[in-house]
Order: sequence, then C-alpha cells, then structure tokens
Amino acid sequence: MSTESVGLVRPQTLHVSEPLKTVSGAVIPEYDLVYETYGRLNDDRSNAILICHALSGNHHVAGYYEGDEKPGWWEAYVGPGKPIDTNRFFVVGVNNLGGCHGSTGPASINPATGKPWGPDFPIVTVPDWIVSQNKLREHLGIEQWAAVVGGSLGGMQVLQWAIDYPDRLRHAVVIAAAPRLSAQNIAFNEVARQAIMSDPDFHGGRYLEHGVIPKRGLALARMLGHLTYLSDDLMGKKFGRELRDTLKYSFDVEFQVESYLRYQGEKFATKQKFDANTYLLMTKALDYFDPSAPYDHDLSKAMARVQASFMVISFTSDWRFSPERSEEIVRALLDNDKNVSYAEIESQHGHDAFLLPNPIYEGVFSAYMNRVASEVGA
Amino acid sequence: MSLNTDRLLSPEFQLISSWIEPGSRVLDLGCGDGTLMAHLQEARGCSGYGMELDPNLVIEAIENGINVIQANLNKKSLLDYFDADSFDYVIMTQALQVVDRPDLLLEEMLTIGKQSIVTFPNFGFWKNRVQLMFSGRMPETEVLPYHWYDTPNIHMCTFRDFESLCEQKGIEVVRRAVVNQQHETTLGMKLLPNLLGEIALYQIRRKSGRN
Repeated sequence: MSTESVGLVRPQTLHVSEPLKTVSGAVIPEYDLVYETYGRLNDDRSNAILICHALSGNHHVAGYYEGDEKPGWWEAYVGPGKPIDTNRFFVVGVNNLGGCHGSTGPASINPATGKPWGPDFPIVTVPDWIVSQNKLREHLGIEQWAAVVGGSLGGMQVLQWAIDYPDRLRHAVVIAAAPRLSAQNIAFNEVARQAIMSDPDFHGGRYLEHGVIPKRGLALARMLGHLTYLSDDLMGKKFGRELRDTLKYSFDVEFQVESYLRYQGEKFATKQKFDANTYLLMTKALDYFDPSAPYDHDLSKAMARVQASFMVISFTSDWRFSPERSEEIVRALLDNDKNVSYAEIESQHGHDAFLLPNPIYEGVFSAYMNRVASEVGA
Repeated sequence: MSLNTDRLLSPEFQLISSWIEPGSRVLDLGCGDGTLMAHLQEARGCSGYGMELDPNLVIEAIENGINVIQANLNKKSLLDYFDADSFDYVIMTQALQVVDRPDLLLEEMLTIGKQSIVTFPNFGFWKNRVQLMFSGRMPETEVLPYHWYDTPNIHMCTFRDFESLCEQKGIEVVRRAVVNQQHETTLGMKLLPNLLGEIALYQIRRKSGRN
C-alpha cells in the first residue's frame, strides 16, 4: 500500500451565522465548523468525499501539521494512492459541532455570557451534525458528495446522511457501525460519563471557570472506552499476564496491561487535552442515535428513502459493534432492493480494526472507492 | 471496470444467461468474481446481488461492479437476508455439492426466488464410473481434480439423484441441459445424459399448488 502522505495541511474555519435548532429543542445561535481538505475539487465538482469522525476523532484526517510528528487519524487510508485516493478525490474532514478541536463546543465562549458554554452547551445529536455538515457542503459549492465515509460513530453519521439528505450523496461507506446502540453499549457510555462527572474537579461541568480539568475522570473514561475497542484475543497476545516487575502484592501497577491502559488514559486527558464536556456530549450522541425512530422504529422503513449505493464493512473480532449489527443495516437495505455490498473482514484488532492496516480491508475499500471514482469521472 | 463479456463468457454462463428473462431480479450464490452477474447486468438488464464467502473474490466482485454480500451459507440461512419471492431467479453454479445441506439450501432458494438455476458436476459421468469400477478408487478428473480427503465436493450426486430429490421435494424441472467440459452438448449426451454428461444445468421451480 502507498506510504505517501498528503503532507503539510492546515485547518480552515467556516462561520455559520444561521441559528441551528437542535433536535433537543435548544438553539445554537451561530457556530464555527473547522475543517480540512485534501486533493483538488474537479471542474464539475463531482469528486468530493466527506469523512465523518468517530467519538474522539476530528477534522485532522490525514497529513501533518507544521512541527508535528504524528499524522491525522486516518493516514493509513487517506492520501495519494490510498483507498481514499487524494489524487482522484477532493476529501473533506470536519470537526463535529460540540467537539473540542476548533468547532464550536462546550469549551467555546458562550456569546450570551462571555464565559465558556460548559454544561450549558446544548446536547447535539447525529441529525444535528448532519444539518451542520450540510452547511459546509453548501459553502464548498458541492451539489452532491461522491461519497460520505465514516467508521464507528462516523459510520452512523453516514447512515443519517443517506436517510436525511438522500439526493446529496451518491455513495455511503459505513464501517464498523451499528444502526443503534445496544443496552450494553449505552451502559459502557454511562460508566464513562459517571467517571467524568464524579471527578471532584468536574465542578458540574464548569471546571474551566475553576481553572482545572477532571483529568482522572476523563482518563478513566478513556481507559474503559479503549478496553472495549480491543478484542480479548489481541489483549491476550499483546500483554498476556506479563508483569512490569515481580509481584509485589500491592495496588500499584503490576501487570503490563494495567500500565498500558493507564498510559492511554493519561495521554488522552493531559497530552491530547480532550474536553470532558465534549466526551459527555459525544457519548450522548451515540446513545441517542436511532435513525429508525421517526419511521416507527423500523429501519427498513427509514431506508426506503435512501438513494445512495452502500458499502458496509465489519470486523470479525469487533464486539463493540459486531458484524451482526452491520448485517442489520445490510438487511434493511436488502429489504428495499437498494444497492449494497457487504464485507466482514477477518481481524483480531476488535473495533480499532477500522483504523489499522489490513490487506483485505484495503482491498475491499480500494475496490469500492475505485468504482466511485470511475462513476464520477475522478 | 466494464466487462465486454460475450467473448470472455464461458459457454456455461452463456447458456444460463440465455435462460434468464431480460430485466429480472437475480441472486447469484457463490458468485465468485462476479463475472456472470456483471454480464447479466450489462447484457440482460438484470439487477440484484451476488453472495460470496472468499474475501479475495469479494474484492474482485466489487471491482467488477456488482453488489456483493459476503456470507457463509453453511452458517446462515438465505432467509436471514431475503424475504420470500425476492428474486425472479436464484442461481448457483458449481456450488451445490460443496454446501452442508444441498436439500435445505434448494428449498431456501425456491422460497426467496420464483425459479432457480443450478449447475453441478455429474458424478454419473462415464469416466467417474470407469475409474471407480476398474481402479477401485475415488475418481479424479478435470472436472473433479481433488483427492477424496481434501475435496470441497462433499455432496456429489448424479443427474438421477438430483431429479429424484426434486421429485421428493415437489420441485419441477423446467429445463435441463448437459454439457461436457468444453460446455458443448453432443447427441450422445442428449440420449444418455447420466452417462455422457459432465456438467448439469437445471432450471427448477416449485410445483404449482405448493407454497
């Protein structure tokens, strides 16, 4: 696979001054969306791909910022000669509303008070994100996306796009997603939220006004999340029961897996400076996601509206959003005689597999994107 | 990628294609690289899906521009995917003998499809009979190149076996053809199909009054 990169990239900002009335009923009077683009929009503006991000992702999908060593989160799959080939496509990454990487969110200043929004930031849901992403589409002068693509919570946004704006996308690529969360999924999210909200530094969500961040709670939430993205098999292979030192019969870090999880949590809370209120919001968006709800809770009915052709991809060891959940999406499309292809990729990497290199996954993804490219003349 | 197929298409696929009404909804089980389905889309204006287990063939099928569903039909039922009468034709070429329960799969095929087209190697072909009779060993031929212990063909049958199963299941044989490895039909095959035919092609449907 290509190891080329889109190279140095810079984010841009769209200011939307039209108020957004959210599903919850609250209104966001105006907002910023930060985004990045790679590749060139062709003359008939037909080669644009929107990439939707997952829980902790953002608009920085590929390439490098000046001085950074680490590339964007989907560098393995987006770039010259890669499945989402920036030599052929104009690729757009956007940070979702409520995020903490530049788009308006809980850490932004509330114009009404002059203080950070904090816990007062309206709860945003997946359909609200699609409305705001559609503003970006209009701003970029794109009549129809060649494809909307995403993994996990990103894949759920793709599904919502196809249902809410059926004529605005030709193709939908839904990876490692589910049509709605299970009770177990919601339970994991609730434990993560409780970890954050019970941190003494949380201050009811007004921690920024107190000049602190709920680091421990956020790290715990991330540890739990991370755990659910890996498979039992892989953790066994990676860490087993390996010790850092000899057994000390104490509550210090003794097993390698403990050390690894603590490191992941710590990094997320301090180095990446992920905003705790954003984490709460994103998990809520996941919990609320149910595109079938307005259609008598019948996914097949919701899918009747769809015009896009679908590529659905799942991973064998993903227990967070298992292949069976992807098959529910496939079945609802088949019920409506829609164009859909489905691949269940053999992988031991659990839910994280959608981010990692894998020859069969690359083969499927590339083959499908090539089809998209030739259809739109890219 | 567009396949200009008539030249490349095997005679077996050409024959199947000629049996299918233009504009039909088709499901191709074990669609391989999607050659047949792509041809039916382009040349016959058909639509539908292929199903395939092998991931590398799934990739090729996507490249060939068909809708392909990766599925293991030994673990899942066709009814997990499709409602009754979803297709005009459900096709299965050279795969009946590799599935766990051909009899159950045939029933499912004729539930989700109004008709089916099935092809398989004829175990009653004279070369197979001669090998078994004179060498006392399981036949190995061009059509059946495997050893008894590693063959994926776990449910071999003859034309007669297949037709007897159809009779028992209330399945009507609409059309039948026998061909050799070059997919030609000779006069001998027409007279003695169970002895001289290497590959069988059947078009079948539920007998009226059932289901």
